[in-house]
Amino acid sequence: MFVINCPYCGEREQSEFKAGGEAHIVRPKQPTELSDDQWAEYLFMRKNIKGIQFERWVHTHGCRKWFNVVRDTSNDLIKAVYKMGEKPPTK
Amino acid sequence: MTKNLRVKSSKLIDETYKISFKFNGRTYYGYKGDTLASALLANDIHLVGRSFKYHRPRGIMTAGSEEPNGIVQLHKNTSRTEPNVRATEIEIYEGLEASSQNCWPSVNFDIGGINNFFSPILPAGFYYKTFMWPSSFWEKYEYFIRKSAGLGKSPTEPDPDIYEHKYIHCDVLIIGAGISGIIAAKTAAKNGYKTLLVDEKPYLGGSTIYQNSEHFKINNQISSSWLEKEINEIKKIKNLEIKIRTSVAAYHGYNFLLARENLTDHIPLEQRNNKIRHRLLKIRAKKVITATGSLERPLIFDNNDRPGILLSSAIEKYANFYGVACGEKNILLTNNDSAYEAAISLYQKGINIEAIIDNREEIDSKLIKETEKNNIKVYKGYTVVDTSGYKRINKVSIMQLSKDGQKVVGPKISISCDCLGVSGGWTPAVHLFTQSGGKLKFRDEDQVFIPNIYPSDQISIGSCNGDFTLDEILSTVPKTLKEFLNLKKTDYEDLEIKSSFNKSKRNIWLLPSDKIIGKTKPFVDYQNDATAKDIKLALREGFRSIEHVKRYTTTGMGTDQGKLGNMHALGIISETAGSKMGELGTTTFRPPYTPLTFGTIVGRNVGEYFDVFRKTPIHEWHVENKAEFENVGQWKRAWYYPKNGENMHDAVQRESKAARDSAGILDASTLGKIDIQGTDASEFLNRVYTNAWSKLAIGKCRYGLMLNEDGMVYDDGVTTRLGENHYIMTTTTGGAATVLGKLEDYLQTEWPELDVYLTSVTDHYATVSVCGPNSKKIVSQVIPDLDFSDENFPHMSFKNTKIGKIKCRVMRISFTGEHSYEINIQSNYGKSVWEKCMEIGKEFNITPYGTETMHLLRAEKGFIIVGQDTDATMTPIDLQMDWIVSKKKYDFIGKRSLYRSDTIREDRKQLVGLLTENPDEVLEEGAQIVADIKKSPVEMLGHVTSSYYSPNLKKSIALGVLKGGKNMMGKKLIIPMENKQINVTVADPVFLDKENKKLNA
Ligand SMILES: [Zn+2]
Repeated sequence: MFVINCPYCGEREQSEFKAGGEAHIVRPKQPTELSDDQWAEYLFMRKNIKGIQFERWVHTHGCRKWFNVVRDTSNDLIKAVYKMGEKPPTK
Repeated sequence: MTKNLRVKSSKLIDETYKISFKFNGRTYYGYKGDTLASALLANDIHLVGRSFKYHRPRGIMTAGSEEPNGIVQLHKNTSRTEPNVRATEIEIYEGLEASSQNCWPSVNFDIGGINNFFSPILPAGFYYKTFMWPSSFWEKYEYFIRKSAGLGKSPTEPDPDIYEHKYIHCDVLIIGAGISGIIAAKTAAKNGYKTLLVDEKPYLGGSTIYQNSEHFKINNQISSSWLEKEINEIKKIKNLEIKIRTSVAAYHGYNFLLARENLTDHIPLEQRNNKIRHRLLKIRAKKVITATGSLERPLIFDNNDRPGILLSSAIEKYANFYGVACGEKNILLTNNDSAYEAAISLYQKGINIEAIIDNREEIDSKLIKETEKNNIKVYKGYTVVDTSGYKRINKVSIMQLSKDGQKVVGPKISISCDCLGVSGGWTPAVHLFTQSGGKLKFRDEDQVFIPNIYPSDQISIGSCNGDFTLDEILSTVPKTLKEFLNLKKTDYEDLEIKSSFNKSKRNIWLLPSDKIIGKTKPFVDYQNDATAKDIKLALREGFRSIEHVKRYTTTGMGTDQGKLGNMHALGIISETAGSKMGELGTTTFRPPYTPLTFGTIVGRNVGEYFDVFRKTPIHEWHVENKAEFENVGQWKRAWYYPKNGENMHDAVQRESKAARDSAGILDASTLGKIDIQGTDASEFLNRVYTNAWSKLAIGKCRYGLMLNEDGMVYDDGVTTRLGENHYIMTTTTGGAATVLGKLEDYLQTEWPELDVYLTSVTDHYATVSVCGPNSKKIVSQVIPDLDFSDENFPHMSFKNTKIGKIKCRVMRISFTGEHSYEINIQSNYGKSVWEKCMEIGKEFNITPYGTETMHLLRAEKGFIIVGQDTDATMTPIDLQMDWIVSKKKYDFIGKRSLYRSDTIREDRKQLVGLLTENPDEVLEEGAQIVADIKKSPVEMLGHVTSSYYSPNLKKSIALGVLKGGKNMMGKKLIIPMENKQINVTVADPVFLDKENKKLNA
């Protein structure tokens, strides 16, 4: 069980949070103008990387805020945490 | 008459404190400080149980938690009975009753022992190969296998003990209080770290504490005396907490560990009442020091499993710690110097040693010299090829090893004995390290796996790190600690160490025999009866991965996870398959390190605390009025209110009829309520619901359907506009939390520009729903100040009002199709409003109804229940609810998905009504719908989702989902049941009052 450093509350047990899948998938601004394939790309396609992955997490049993986490899925080490709308760290 | 093999006092047990206990019904005596194993051995009892597969007699093999054979059932046929308890771990107490497992009718005569003679036909994979087919026979096979195998019996009565969970946060956790752990604890605590030291044993000091030899000294003191002083010192340190009888079960990522603290298993039963038995410690440590020591390896030779064959270190511990001789004619078999330590201990205690058989040929060390000085015969370059004695070893046969160690040569020599100690060197206890995600490396010199890459802030020290000898430990541990804890110096520099141990070792994984392997039984996993022969068979049959060989042979799959024999299994695979040990890797050791009881795992979460439930503010009234309850999400909801011994059907029929004929009352407090405020609230609702919201007037209510982005119905409910920028949304009871979560997700991540605030107010309001033709008469008397005329208060509108001085919100909305009102009032007034409605409604026969009647009433109207009539594969179009999907809105959640190639298919499953040919026949929910029963295979067209007998329509009605159902109105179909077929006709899902006249009745 990992410890997550909520950008609003600080370090808390993983059990207070919920994972929300891959980060930085932006909902298309004009869905009606997309083809089935383009819409399916947004709707269904997600990466499942062994290694560095950008994810969304929410502090469900805390501040209820969503934020982003950079996690190495091979060893669960969290490399960075940053707020929604902020740019992902490059290194 | 049993013998007394207590040889000489040991300061570690209290011989003035005699304890009586029972084993297999007979009374024996031991002393305070004894384990069940040491007390049995003192009474000359080795035979403790039978093996799992061949039912071979088995005895105590070790003196620790790695014990594979000495497993017993405690307090049979009582509520405190416990199977699979290791005799080497349980401390005896007055009244302890233990019995053998895996045997019937008794450990001395066991019918399953016949498997031993059949063992040539019970090879590896036997169960897989034999019992897999025909699969229909499995149930019969299982019955017999379970009956004759059995790993003890689980208790049948409720557990009388109390368990609890506790969180601990510390700077440094040290696992294992042997010499390395003690040094680490003192060093960490003295340097200001908040330190926790745990050990599974009831004493501190590991194996050094019963060391009593001139050959091992620290600063000129015998190592045990030196360590004793250290222990006395650490007990005084304030920021060091010490927990004994505490075994770490699991080591997870981020230094999160679970440990079981055993508080009462060592005291008599009558003293345990109202005490906590086990405490599960949930430890989060900044740093972890693993000092779990090492386990002695057995040696693998023909018939190496007889009672009386123990690890040499166990024999040494029984002598030194408990003052117990494991036999009167002892033989030791070794490939390293450890057995000589044992020999010297035994000699000092006056315990006879017949011979030492050493695999090594050219060896020399101080320990061997001293042994030989004491006239103990040492056979150098020899090995044991066989043993005899059915219930206790009585003889070993030895032969000389060839130069390459692959064969035995020369004459066979027999030596009689009653106890054989084996020592195959040491295996670092790296189980917890690997659980934490650590990677091992293989050290070729002495063939051990040691920690290599640490995944968290942790370090392994002492023999679990491959530093086995006293001088290695004392030179390495302080250095490691200095670096790990960031210190300038420790108290342990410049120690003067005397250690006579010679590290040479002759490692042969499978000792050779004069017989072919097929004729031998060299056990590798004692608990699961896996032999070297089985492993070789698995390799011949093509298994290569260690994980596959493990499952095929069941090596390492017992309750001991094969702590003793796993290395040999790897060694044999490596030698047979010609692969390198380091490349093979090890099997995964999984938590828990030693078994945990269920009580420890659940802690206080038993009985009513197992799964907490939510009660509405009106709950007590429902209880007083004998409601039956139903679980909905976490809520307890009134299900129906049986009167005068009514069954559920009768109660529901009565309630349903009353609600339509006059008045019904429902506690709707569990519906989710979300308060929505902000200048963009209307725009927000436009985006999350399928229909349009901008034009909803203040004071009006609207039903909304919420989709997932994939177009499937997710939740529904009525939302009311309370003000220009203020709405209150209701959700389904079960969906409240996830709907709020989903809305927050969109607000925070997709539409942060919207000025909208969401607050859950579900618990703040009680909701009393009154329906039926007389509802207006009742509610208008409850709230006399409000104008209830249709002009002022039409259907789908709301009023802010007061009952007396108390503010409330009244909505005129309906889930039953009847004229009805929902009164929302501050929770703590909920019950009094309910009671007032009941009192005023008396003259109208107001009838409380529960969820079952609510479901029936809405089904009559064809209203869906999300989660019952939908299952995340239904679009609004599938539900024939096209009317609620706005064509004008540019976008809303899920809109684009409504015209994907898959969602526009005409033959999707669609919601329909179903009427049975026989109006009294009620369908089963979940039943399949078919058109042609003779077609093979029968095509499943859909299923029944809701089904009731309607007292108002006087016939059976049902809703279902049906492939292409929209275009099948009037079609006759079949519901096949176990012993009949029911004919149904597809109908409109709205069965009652299609014109909605009742809403304004
Ligand atoms: Zn937070």
